[in-house]
Amino acid sequence: MANLKTTEKKTKAQSMGLHTEVLTGKTQQKFFNPDEAENFYYWGTYDVDFNKRIDLDVKDLDCKEANRKIDELMSQGYGTIVIKNPQGKHSLGVGVLNKLNLIFEGSLGYFGVGSIDGPTVRINGRVGWSCAENMMAGKVVIEKNAGSCFGAAIRGGDLICKGSVGARTGIDQKGGTIIIGGDAGAFTGFMMQRGRIIILGDVGINLGDSMYDGTLFIGGKIGSFGSDAVETPMTKSDMDWLKRKLKVAEIGDNFDVSKMTKVVSGKKLWNYDALEPTEKKGAI
Amino acid sequence: MPKKKKNKKTGSKEVKGQLGKKKATAREKMIGQTIGYRYDVNLLPDYSRLTPFLKKYIEAMGWDDLNWLEDVHMGYEEDRPAVFDRNANGWVTIPKKIKLPNNQQDRDMIARELLVKFQMSPNHPLVDLKKAYRKF
Repeated sequence: MANLKTTEKKTKAQSMGLHTEVLTGKTQQKFFNPDEAENFYYWGTYDVDFNKRIDLDVKDLDCKEANRKIDELMSQGYGTIVIKNPQGKHSLGVGVLNKLNLIFEGSLGYFGVGSIDGPTVRINGRVGWSCAENMMAGKVVIEKNAGSCFGAAIRGGDLICKGSVGARTGIDQKGGTIIIGGDAGAFTGFMMQRGRIIILGDVGINLGDSMYDGTLFIGGKIGSFGSDAVETPMTKSDMDWLKRKLKVAEIGDNFDVSKMTKVVSGKKLWNYDALEPTEKKGAI
Repeated sequence: MPKKKKNKKTGSKEVKGQLGKKKATAREKMIGQTIGYRYDVNLLPDYSRLTPFLKKYIEAMGWDDLNWLEDVHMGYEEDRPAVFDRNANGWVTIPKKIKLPNNQQDRDMIARELLVKFQMSPNHPLVDLKKAYRKF
């Protein structure tokens, strides 16, 4: 295990108060100033107006040019940007750290809208692999189907696919909510660590394999449970939250959430630090 | 026959735990180590307990609910209440002058509010990094 000790000379990070740097455990302390002024946006982001709308045709732009153009429009105060002719291009709409209404009129290729933190995105077509990977916050709605690794490693926000998705949805998920209106493939929620996945349809084999934490709600049939994934009873709080979330997702208006299956981690595969030898006992 | 001596209970040992209150779980005793999560990380938010600040934040962002803040909970760091800031990968310790309620739902709402204020502050540690490394 890492065991860093403080040196006499302060690093820049230490002088900034980022941490006290005694890494024998997990300590990195910072002290909050409660007298901060009220502010809802990150430093350096743009103050945009949702009512200021513009169309952007990306037919003749590559992804880098298109993404830079989106940034430029935000800097001019546009809060609603409609992307025309995305034509399945990869990596469109990535790294948006602003509040924004972003609408794609068409389909996206691989890694669409990855690493976003804040925007509300609507995609009127399909998406390829790894859509919204590493998403931090915001809302993404996909009207049709999505490829594999949908919402890989997301940490927050609502990611919604009204159609069906491929394998490994929510792999390594660390937070947020993924909602699927149709079916999902094998290894859904593989190694998820936190957050929630809601699937209204059927799901493939090895559901929640090796999950550390988090919750899966399944409306249809389950191919098979993965290692350490176990069924647990639904609570009233779960059902209230599910009804609320499906409303936010604009799907499943009349869906009976009480019949869903709730799946969580059995926590027998936990192997953090020195826990490993003991924790492995009885696993699988 | 000599009387058996009764074992006198010594003063109760201080147990460290969530906000200095909870005892070690059976699982922790078994493995001899503290499990980081002493609070319920899967607790779903009770929207009737939203603070006015959080309502304004949701409205300003154009969302329908708490969004990413649903995953934020009041935890603890070295027995002091704290909230984890994912952007700086560190715990933000809650000032002593803020009195915390017993209910986790209310504590979580306070944690969410404080975290938003901290992350959006021009004094946040990442502001310096952004100034130094942002490309456009």
